[in-house]
Amino acid sequence: MRALDIADLNVDLGGRPVLRDVRLHVESGELVGLLGPNGAGKTTLLRAILGLVSTRSGQIRVDGEPARRGRTPIGYVPQRHEFSWDFPISVEQTVLTGRTGRLGLLRRPRVADWHAVGEALDRVRLAGLRNRPVGELSGGQRQRVLVARALALSPRILLLDEPFTGLDLPTQELLGDLFSSLAQEGRALLMTTHDLVAALQSSTRLVLLNGRVTAEGRPTELRDPEVWKRTFGVSDQSALLKLVKAA
Amino acid sequence: MSITDFLTDLFNPDLAFLPKALAIAVMSSVVCGVVGCYVVLRGMAFIGDAVAHAVFPGLAVAFVLQGSLVLGGAVAGVATALMIAVFAQNRRLKEDSLIGVFLVATFALGIVIISQAPGYAGSLQQFLFGSITGIPDRDLYLVGGTGLLTLGLMLALHKELVAVSLDREMSRAIGLPVFWLDIVLYVLVTLAVVISLQTIGNILVLALLIIPAATARLLTDRLGAMMLLAPITGGASAVLGLYLSWSYDTPVGGTIVLVATAAFLTSWLFAPRHGLLTKRWRRPRGAAFGEHIPASDPSYDALCAD
Repeated sequence: MRALDIADLNVDLGGRPVLRDVRLHVESGELVGLLGPNGAGKTTLLRAILGLVSTRSGQIRVDGEPARRGRTPIGYVPQRHEFSWDFPISVEQTVLTGRTGRLGLLRRPRVADWHAVGEALDRVRLAGLRNRPVGELSGGQRQRVLVARALALSPRILLLDEPFTGLDLPTQELLGDLFSSLAQEGRALLMTTHDLVAALQSSTRLVLLNGRVTAEGRPTELRDPEVWKRTFGVSDQSALLKLVKAA
Repeated sequence: MSITDFLTDLFNPDLAFLPKALAIAVMSSVVCGVVGCYVVLRGMAFIGDAVAHAVFPGLAVAFVLQGSLVLGGAVAGVATALMIAVFAQNRRLKEDSLIGVFLVATFALGIVIISQAPGYAGSLQQFLFGSITGIPDRDLYLVGGTGLLTLGLMLALHKELVAVSLDREMSRAIGLPVFWLDIVLYVLVTLAVVISLQTIGNILVLALLIIPAATARLLTDRLGAMMLLAPITGGASAVLGLYLSWSYDTPVGGTIVLVATAAFLTSWLFAPRHGLLTKRWRRPRGAAFGEHIPASDPSYDALCAD
């Protein structure tokens, strides 16, 4: 059974078609890189999976069941600027907020919740910083806090929105390694990114998106420059094509 | 006036309004201190100001009809908060423009309404700047009950309010009712404002929301500690402010706010970690920059540091 299976998805935003007939699946153990130009609908696709935008038609299934907002455990790692880093809260408490929905109103966290938080922190190797205020973390550490918060729900699928943006290359590489190992443990990861180098390096499969899925395959299978030119609307001389060729 | 004189006056049956004013000032400062933490952390100062102005037409109606000011203000404030939240769903206008519209419109409505009451000039000043006399006994219970309700709701919804304040998108994704939590927070701010109007007045009530919470934020990096320090700062400012106001015959609202401002400036300069002067004194020793908590895997962490 596919961890994430999207069939014939159509999404309109403000009366304008954003996603058309999108078919996409992610198996357990896969790290799928979602690439496309600005406005291609990458973030909209993630939001549709989370149930944050209404879809016009199509199915989104997680482990064979239709995805339902707040019910289906989906780990969501938003872009770093979505989070209020100046809030006076520790790393550990932040990760705990990932379980707020599951806890329900008027319930206090129990042993199982703290256990899940501890495991998530261990997993991203932030256990030593558990009491540090989030405002004092570096960019790479912040990204790992957001991953840990998503992992606190023990989800089988993780959605990552631009996790590499604004990070230097060594940090990107370490994060890519973390994502790869999360996939190898049996999770299904779908990641949007503008960072071609990191995507080519860490993804097991790439999906090119521009309103609709224009191509997909393993990084080595997507050598045809025409596909990239069509998806991104770039010229023959684009640095993007040189990157793809070199990969 | 010495402290003993103040205490004597406080228990003087002829001055029965004084302990009542003190109780109301302290209760409202404590509630505003706690609620103000969210106002400060979420950058809602302008909403707080709008709500403070929005209660004015309610007060005016209550004054004209001889009803409860607290109740009238609460109804008007909550109605305006709801309208701002609903109007804000239209993304064409930024929220601060909407708030600006409602702020002046409601205040204007209040002025027009209260001008219909004969001899309104004196009461207008009382609304705007607060007063310690003429507080009916039932307001004492109303303020106490409303304060407890506000604090109880904040405690009950603590983890949801924290999650939404941190990250709205993720909160929606995990199924939290973000819109309704916003409404609840607006209503809590309104209630805190309304119960503070009696003593501090319409114009200065924003100070009770912002200053103690801002002071506490400078003193700590823990939300729990902040929510404890802010009401302590607010409550202490109320007691000291009322004492000074009684001693030197100054307006009570203004005096309380000035005391709170002094507390803010003190913590801005001397806060243990973030104070301006504290930082300057620590810099030569380098301790502020040298402290480092080791991660579980130092090499990994060093690479992740920016």
